[in-house]
Amino acid sequence: MTATAAPTTAANTTATPTMATSAKPLLSVRGLQKFFPITDGGFFRKTIGQVRAVDDVSFDVVEGETLGLVGESGCGKTTTSRCILRAMEPTAGRIEFRRKDDTIVDLATLTREQLRPLRAEIQMIFQDPFGSLNPRMTLFDNVGEPLLVNGMKNRAERMDRVAELLKLVGLRAEFMHRFPHAFSGGQRQRIGIARALSTNPRLVVADEPVSALDVSVQAQVLNLLLELQQRLGLTFLFVAHDLSVVRHLSDRVAVMYVGQIVELAVTHTLFTRPLHPYTAALMRAVPVPDPRVAIGEVTLKGEVPSPANPPKGCYFHPRCAFAQDRCRQEAPALREPVPGHFVRCHFAEQLDLATQAAG
Amino acid sequence: MTAMVKQIATEPLLSVRDLHVDFGLDEGLVRAVDGVSFDVMPGRVLGIVGESGCGKSVTMRAILQLVDEPGRITRGEIVYRRDAGDGLGSAGVDLTKLPRHGAAMRAIRGAEIALIPQEPMAAFSPVHTVGAQIVEAIRLHHRQWRPEGGGLSVNDARDIVVDLFRDVGISMPEQRVDAYSWQLSGGLRQRAMIAMALSCKPRLLVADEPTTAIDVTTQAQVLALLRELQRKHGTAIIFITHDLGVIAQMANDVVVMYLGRVVEQGPVDGIFHAAKHPYTRALLRSIPSISGATRVALPTISGTLPHPFNRPGGCPYHPRCDEKIGTVCASHVPHLTQLGNGQAASCFLHQDASETA
Ligand SMILES: Nc1ncnc2c1ncn2[C@@H]1O[C@H](COP(=O)(O)OP(=O)(O)OP(=O)(O)O)[C@@H](O)[C@H]1O
Ligand SMILES: Nc1ncnc2c1ncn2[C@@H]1O[C@H](COP(=O)(O)OP(=O)(O)OP(=O)(O)O)[C@@H](O)[C@H]1O
Ligand code: SF4
Ligand SMILES: [Mg+2]
Ligand SMILES: [Mg+2]
Repeated sequence: MTATAAPTTAANTTATPTMATSAKPLLSVRGLQKFFPITDGGFFRKTIGQVRAVDDVSFDVVEGETLGLVGESGCGKTTTSRCILRAMEPTAGRIEFRRKDDTIVDLATLTREQLRPLRAEIQMIFQDPFGSLNPRMTLFDNVGEPLLVNGMKNRAERMDRVAELLKLVGLRAEFMHRFPHAFSGGQRQRIGIARALSTNPRLVVADEPVSALDVSVQAQVLNLLLELQQRLGLTFLFVAHDLSVVRHLSDRVAVMYVGQIVELAVTHTLFTRPLHPYTAALMRAVPVPDPRVAIGEVTLKGEVPSPANPPKGCYFHPRCAFAQDRCRQEAPALREPVPGHFVRCHFAEQLDLATQAAG
Repeated sequence: MTAMVKQIATEPLLSVRDLHVDFGLDEGLVRAVDGVSFDVMPGRVLGIVGESGCGKSVTMRAILQLVDEPGRITRGEIVYRRDAGDGLGSAGVDLTKLPRHGAAMRAIRGAEIALIPQEPMAAFSPVHTVGAQIVEAIRLHHRQWRPEGGGLSVNDARDIVVDLFRDVGISMPEQRVDAYSWQLSGGLRQRAMIAMALSCKPRLLVADEPTTAIDVTTQAQVLALLRELQRKHGTAIIFITHDLGVIAQMANDVVVMYLGRVVEQGPVDGIFHAAKHPYTRALLRSIPSISGATRVALPTISGTLPHPFNRPGGCPYHPRCDEKIGTVCASHVPHLTQLGNGQAASCFLHQDASETA
């Protein structure tokens, strides 16, 4: 496939991870690609290659559900999230969003102008809380900015709402007039959450929203996200590294490896009966919070392949314990061997992974 | 060689005693670190856990004299035992007494004590490639690589960086050294930061949440790398993380902090299997399990962090404590008390109130 290829729909070979139920997707991502040019060091910055950061990703997020997105660092999770929000321009693909009135818009093709009214409905919680808050603005301005942008001009009204939001995420309303640098990493993360929730969004794309938090605050935030979801019918796309957190919060989980989805299933199934060797390796690598449990072997050796130069065949084959000749030659398609369970592995049905995965 | 290690091992590499760091803000005084004491033994891993905002990062920055304005170390000492090089133990220096920008502190910072900061985005300059920044650090501390002197060429330093990148699991290291930090994913940036910290072969590595942005399989590799470093070079590590799984697998000893103080400390097994302080016990209960029920409320600690300008009297944890004792905990301040097996806690469940003033 060349860099400029249109999104592959190829429905005959590739299954598209949709929900088995009749519930309507709020978000449908189809054939999403994002390539970054690699330039030489020279003055003219000649393009000498492509980083295939996101390469043909498709999934649905049903209204009211949480879809977890996990995977190796650098596999394209943040890039996927940012494309959905159009904080980044996708190279190809469709990003269909169902509006309140049931009309469907393709976020990938809207102009900036057309996107503006949608801003309140889709919000993001960023991975790097320090980078996403403006250090020169107080909490009131940081958290209240989306409100102002969305037309809440009255300052007193905004104050009330910001106070309410800060309380919602477990911060004191008095903190409103302080600047972000005066807060710890975890406190800043909660400020980012308050900001994202300010406009009553319907879809929240959360990129590592709890990874900076200690377990007790993390538990509070997870409870908060669950509660908000139940109360406000929020839909989450939830990116995280911590598998126990993902497992706790998600209805379904998608696993990415080098720009592609390699497995997607209902949470319980994915954790108890993974079909992809990479997923199984991930689960075995979760450190057990008990010093009496012996440190496990490093489950995956070798380097993460570069998205600029992925290996031939299955991207996972150089690190896979089950790799065979076919894996080195032929790239597996995303298949659906069990209804609702998608996997990108030639031999998924034949491997005995369950014994290796976490109970 | 072994004899020397043995001799030093009886003395802590770093002793923090009664450390206080205050931030004087317009609205009031934030006591970010309020009497913290702990020891780091050579070649061991000290894990630090605690509520977010309890002062872990500020404590680490104080060790390196990097506390942000308007923060001030107002009391306490941080004794670091420099290697005298004669195999006969070493002389202690109080880092709090060294001028922040002086030659002595600069020789220690980065070379002998290295920090992996919590936010690697903020740690790299966006205008130079990450490789160039690490090359600069290596050349600045060239003696760590060329003890015989003579300096290091840019090319030699660059080769070292490429090797370090490979060690921390960065693919295509030759290309990645020429990347800007904003071109790297969160996890790659964090690994580049780890490479930077290791670039000067420190005796003490302070790692502030070094694996939070890294997936579990890469994390397993990075932890294995740190363990190997520690085994091979006897590097001591202070490891801050919220991931109690990582603490359990990495730390020899654990310090639990709450509101700027140490509330419990001891060998890792005792902390996980015989926790004495109610806060430690509550923390352990809040861990979502990899095999428990999903989408149900997790146990949390009631109440919110107290107002930083208006700390509770008595035990700092008492407003949120589910085991507090009548009037004692609200009116008396508990002190860190040795409870045997190297474990200590600051709690009246294990200490008589009459022992305090
Ligand atoms: N602006 C950019 N220019 C060039 N390459 C980029 C850019 N942004 C991201 N990349 C590359 O794209 C790939 C995917 O990055 P992305 O940030 O999406 O990963 P991620 O899955 O979120 O990783 P992490 O878990 O480490 O945050 C990485 O190889 C990264 O280096
Ligand atoms: N530059 C600053 N100005 C004012 N207060 C600050 C500053 N830096 C930190 N603080 C305050 O000091 C306290 C301790 O912060 P610190 O960053 O050490 O927390 P932490 O334990 O590292 O938390 P986390 O786990 O969330 O990173 C916090 O209450 C914070 O608000
Ligand atoms: S001293 Fe009292 S309030 Fe403090 S932790 Fe112990 S029991 Fe709880
Ligand atoms: Mg990311
Ligand atoms: Mg911190």
